[in-house]
Amino acid sequence: MKLPIYLDYSATTPVDERVAEKMCQYLTFGGNFGNAASRSHSFGWKSEQAIDQARSQVAALVNADPREIVWTSGATESNNLAIRGAAHFYQKKGRHIVTCKTEHKAVLDTCRQLEREGFEITYLSPQANGLIALKDIEAALRDDTVLVSVMHVNNEIGVIQDIAKIGELTRPKGILFHVDAAQSAGKVAIDLSELNVDLMSFSAHKIYGPKGMGALYVGRKPRVRLEAQMFGGGHERGMRSGTLATHQIVAMGEAFRIAKEEMVAENIRIEQLRNRLWNGLKDMEEVYLNGDLEHRVSGNLNVSFNFVEGESLIMALKDLAVSSGSACTSSSLEPSYVLRAIGREDELAHSSIRFSMGRYTTIDDIDYTIKLVKDKVQKLRELSPLWEMYLDGIDISQVQWAAH
Amino acid sequence: MAYSEKVMDHYENPRNVGSFEKDATDVGTGMVGAPACGDVMKLQIRVNKAGVIEDARFKTYGCGSAIASSSLLTEWVKGKTLSEAQEIKNSDIAEELALPPVKVHCSVLAEDAIKAAISDYQDKQKT
Repeated sequence: MKLPIYLDYSATTPVDERVAEKMCQYLTFGGNFGNAASRSHSFGWKSEQAIDQARSQVAALVNADPREIVWTSGATESNNLAIRGAAHFYQKKGRHIVTCKTEHKAVLDTCRQLEREGFEITYLSPQANGLIALKDIEAALRDDTVLVSVMHVNNEIGVIQDIAKIGELTRPKGILFHVDAAQSAGKVAIDLSELNVDLMSFSAHKIYGPKGMGALYVGRKPRVRLEAQMFGGGHERGMRSGTLATHQIVAMGEAFRIAKEEMVAENIRIEQLRNRLWNGLKDMEEVYLNGDLEHRVSGNLNVSFNFVEGESLIMALKDLAVSSGSACTSSSLEPSYVLRAIGREDELAHSSIRFSMGRYTTIDDIDYTIKLVKDKVQKLRELSPLWEMYLDGIDISQVQWAAH
Repeated sequence: MAYSEKVMDHYENPRNVGSFEKDATDVGTGMVGAPACGDVMKLQIRVNKAGVIEDARFKTYGCGSAIASSSLLTEWVKGKTLSEAQEIKNSDIAEELALPPVKVHCSVLAEDAIKAAISDYQDKQKT
């Protein structure tokens, strides 16, 4: 076992060896370094061929047509292009968009920008388990709604939204449906030929590909139009200009190919690890699981350890690479907006730790983690005045605290 | 967040952790902060007849800097008179621990805690 143990796969994943090897073949003079837009020589043709293959590999994982895949620099750019591009293109039809409070900042901040441009956004609150109630979405749709944007899997609490059902609400009304699938591709089965999804964002580095690479699915049936956000040589059918990063694209293709082949078996293994971790922690006193356990991606566990502050717990867990919803770990000094949106009290948000497991996590890692977490939580609770009050039977929510 | 060695030392080996009987007449208790804000400090002092702080205890819920600030404070107040302890400034704590700007509020909380403990002790002496 190697320390520290990496349990932050939702933040990023290491590049798979097979992917790295492939990627390196598209960089140097001895490899295929050509510009795919060079039509006049074999250097360009070879790159174009490699990119076409990668496009097919990405499309295959989600059962799309390769012509529906647009390369981007990552899921953030995909989200920007999908939401802003669709909003701008269809603004004569309407200027209302529906999304959710627990979306990634790349969606929320794009929506905020659209608000400044005069669009109206409805931010839905999820239920306490993190899932959006379908009736809330239905009720939010209006005659001037042009787009609904909902993430497939939440990056903090790992809950899986029912995108099949949401698409059944939007499609008959002619409303576009965008799904941020950065955290779900390769972890949850996606069949875009069945789903009523018009736009879907992907990231490479969440599934063992390189950082700085992503894709946007832009549906052809029915045809979705976007206003470009990046101008230039008209690459990617005019939707996203810029010389294609062959090595990145090939790597993303390889990562998606591996995911398609291995995800079923891998998910079973990772889910067992996740459940082992939760079973090892859940009997501790005052421990709360954040987000639904059943509708949840296999590698995510988000737990609040009441009366212990997240950042100090992370300091104590320096053998583990995990993340926290605590204010002290964010630059804004605000606790996790996702945990607040599902109705968690601020103190539980401050006390939360996200464990995310992946391809290289072992049973030994998990057993070590359980032991360490139990030990350190106990130690910090002995230091905590709130734990002392809890043991004395004082209801902390009834105490008049002076906010500062 | 990269912490100074002093913060790490206090965090890993906190001094004077614990509680005194809060109803004892020679004990002053200061509890400051709020769980919703992510830090709560409880600081207690035991004062002798001459008005000198003989011993101190703390418990803190909060980040590493909050724990270190309160741990350091318990070391500093021991042996000081109440009026000397009253003079401790948050800037002294922040400087000693080399707290980054976003963590200065932790030292402010520690100053509030000692002031609250002194005032609690003084209130008890009036009755």
